[in-house]
Amino acid sequence: MHKEADIRTPLILGEKTYHQITEEVCAPVEGKANKYWYAVFGLALVLGMWGLGCITYTIGTGIGTWGLNTTVGWAWDITNFVWWVGIGHAGTLISAVLLLFRQRWRMAINRAAEAMTIFAVMMAALFPGIHMGRIWMAYWVLPLPNTWGSLWVNFNSPLLWDVFAISTYFSVSLVFWYIGLIPDFATIRDRAVKPVVKQVYSILAFGWTGDVKAWVRFEEVSLVLAGLATPLVFSVHSIVSMDFATSVIPGWHTTIFPPYFVAGAVFSGFAMVNTLLIITRKVLNLETYITIKHVELMNVVIIITGSMVGVAYLSELFISWYSGVEYEGYAFFNRVTGEYWWSYWAMMTCNVITPQLFWFEKIRTNLITAFLLSIVVNIGMWFERFVIIVTSLHRDYIPGNWSMFHPTFVDIGIFLGTIGLFFVLFLLFSRFFPVIALNELKTILKVSGEGYKKQYKAKAAVSSDDTANVA
Amino acid sequence: MEQYTISDKVKRFVFILIGIGVLAMAADIIISLVSGGGAEHAEHAEGGHGHHAGWGQRVWANMLINGFFYFGIAIAAVFFMAVQYAAHAGWSVVFKRLFEAVGSYLPIGAIMLFVVFLAGTFDLHHLYHWMDSSVYEMYLYTDGMTGEEFREGAVMNPSYDTIIVGKKAYLNKPFFWIRAIVFVGVYIFFANRFRKRSLEEDISGGTNIFRKNVVDAAIFLVFFGFTSMVFSWDWIMSIDTHWFSTLFGWYVFSGMWAGAMIVVTLLTIHLKNMGLLKAVNDSHIHDLGKWMFATSFLWSYLFFCQFLLIWYSNIPEEVTYYQVRFEDYKYIIWPTFFINFIFPMLLLMSRDTKRNSAFLTLVGLIIFAGHWVDTYLLVTPGTMKAEGQLGFFEVGMALVYLGIFIYMILRSLSKAPVMVKNHPYLEESVHHSI
Repeated sequence: MHKEADIRTPLILGEKTYHQITEEVCAPVEGKANKYWYAVFGLALVLGMWGLGCITYTIGTGIGTWGLNTTVGWAWDITNFVWWVGIGHAGTLISAVLLLFRQRWRMAINRAAEAMTIFAVMMAALFPGIHMGRIWMAYWVLPLPNTWGSLWVNFNSPLLWDVFAISTYFSVSLVFWYIGLIPDFATIRDRAVKPVVKQVYSILAFGWTGDVKAWVRFEEVSLVLAGLATPLVFSVHSIVSMDFATSVIPGWHTTIFPPYFVAGAVFSGFAMVNTLLIITRKVLNLETYITIKHVELMNVVIIITGSMVGVAYLSELFISWYSGVEYEGYAFFNRVTGEYWWSYWAMMTCNVITPQLFWFEKIRTNLITAFLLSIVVNIGMWFERFVIIVTSLHRDYIPGNWSMFHPTFVDIGIFLGTIGLFFVLFLLFSRFFPVIALNELKTILKVSGEGYKKQYKAKAAVSSDDTANVA
Repeated sequence: MEQYTISDKVKRFVFILIGIGVLAMAADIIISLVSGGGAEHAEHAEGGHGHHAGWGQRVWANMLINGFFYFGIAIAAVFFMAVQYAAHAGWSVVFKRLFEAVGSYLPIGAIMLFVVFLAGTFDLHHLYHWMDSSVYEMYLYTDGMTGEEFREGAVMNPSYDTIIVGKKAYLNKPFFWIRAIVFVGVYIFFANRFRKRSLEEDISGGTNIFRKNVVDAAIFLVFFGFTSMVFSWDWIMSIDTHWFSTLFGWYVFSGMWAGAMIVVTLLTIHLKNMGLLKAVNDSHIHDLGKWMFATSFLWSYLFFCQFLLIWYSNIPEEVTYYQVRFEDYKYIIWPTFFINFIFPMLLLMSRDTKRNSAFLTLVGLIIFAGHWVDTYLLVTPGTMKAEGQLGFFEVGMALVYLGIFIYMILRSLSKAPVMVKNHPYLEESVHHSI
């Protein structure tokens, strides 16, 4: 068994037993939702429906319903796409990278974070689809030799790499998430009273028996998937960044984009995990599992990745001057002082300045400030993409083409709609799926559980007294 | 208490390493004197901006390559140790002394680097194009000319360089020195403080010193995070003064980091072979192997990102950097990428190879050489243009520096017990099992 130092904070609070963990994590699935859940779910559903309505309108009428013009041909659609993909990264980081690093604190949060990843990637994938205008041609992005000629997809285009990257990412994340869920579905199946419920969870559980062999395979598969998913954490957002960085548009073409997008993605993803889990832990009474320590550690990840993003912003700014290239210099001068100055400063404030508040232990361990700042980060990361995309485009090489972007109600509606749909999915998840990987969590109970840690400490004290007496 | 002493065998090894290095350098010089080829030819070659890439330039360029390479490894080792503190990592505590030992090379490494900068400042070499004062003068022969006289008599300076003049606010000798001294000074300060506290902890125990180190580590990491980028601009990127790349700092850093992980792995194996570090088990070796693997991947990822974006966009401001490398150094750059990427990927993928000391040593030595060549490629094309060589001289000097580097590390190791005591995560580390 692993030895854990005394100075490590326990990850499961209270003196829990295995059975208690099962009971407490399954409670939301087995119980009934309260009226707040219905209220929030209703609101999210209405928002989501409104978004779907706007999407239908877009598809029926064309993307002329958006605020795009000939100069700014990409705006909120791609901003939202990148924003959602970025948010998805936290789940993969927690499930894959933290697994490889053997971080025990991931156990309490990986399930919800992975669910969030899946839903976020779904929201993201929506945007390239609808932004094509003719969504019924969407299969053209697949490398299918067509029957009308020798027309192939353009393998040189990063947009195509994106199709491959996102679809691989979605598949691997989904498989990873589902495999983790199997033992937990089996637990719910075994506890279910109603035959229908039992039947459904029994199908979902794939006949899981829970014997040693099954667990050995489970762990092997998890490790292999973690190994596969780790490069994906890097590749997906690197490729997203290449949508911009392979071009020759000032402000888009800069070599730091791939790693800096990855850092930014993890940054926004952890903020979203915090936003969701600070509420979830309260509503579902999981405060002893998703502890303040978990929130604090996520805030630490936020401050690290936020600072990396900050370094990248500053180096971009510096190099735009250092390069001596007039266009580069102007692009950044325009970002900081031009007509979209407010979006640049919103980005800087939300992503670089306010997260620095987490250096104070009081702020990063306070749920209210952590929650508020997590929302601030998400706003900031939305603005980051907006700044990159719109401010670089709106000043064309020819001043006669200079223009501004004004979102229409459809732009806004679709964006809000995806937030609604995202919450619809997450709320359903929180009622039908175990929000915490309860069987995996049990593996750390005897190492990191508060009750057990106290026992060990007491034992150690007694035995050291003994040795002292003998001496 | 486990105590390391530099055995005669090791001393002999270091001595032979330096000896071979000196002989190789001498051999190269003698060959070129006898044949009158290489150096002579280089002396008359047209350098990029009118400089001749001759022997002098070659010697200084190599001093920069080796100075930077080993300094980089030392500072990356301190960085990794700081990460271990800040992240409350348990597994690595048993060989924490090794990181401290590698970090102890910093002062010597800094001196070796500063010699090169000093020579550049006094125009003894032309590694840094911007240090050349002639690029800032727009006219020649303007002494005392005024008005009409000036308009008729002034001659444009052919080496005047508008792009470099535009960078003068940043790239000028005083500011360069201020940055270099402040950065290196702070690094050495923190490295010493970590070391001093670590030794204190052996005696006094408790968690107090550890907590202080965590705070220091966080401060150091913030400082290092900003400045590591800047020093790679200053010391390396400014060689190709016109060129720029925002990713450059992270790319250079990833190479340093990989180097540090290799050195610490090899040191651990060396100490294990001597019967020391008994607490280090297969899991530790395995994890070190993973770090070698992971940092190799990080390096490859950043190498490829920078290359791909510049190659793809193909704009003249940037692409020249790779043109030089792919035209004149194509037999070096592709094998380097292969050795530093494909090689560790294939060989270190398996769990068994990462637990096999002999195998790790072999792979480690090869990718260590690979990262040295990467550093060579950062410096040489910019300083020697098409005349760069990778001959006995280059290898010889690298071996001399390596000998000094190894000796300084081992000397530091022999000054304190190789196992720490009283670290709050020591127990965790001793029981590390994966």
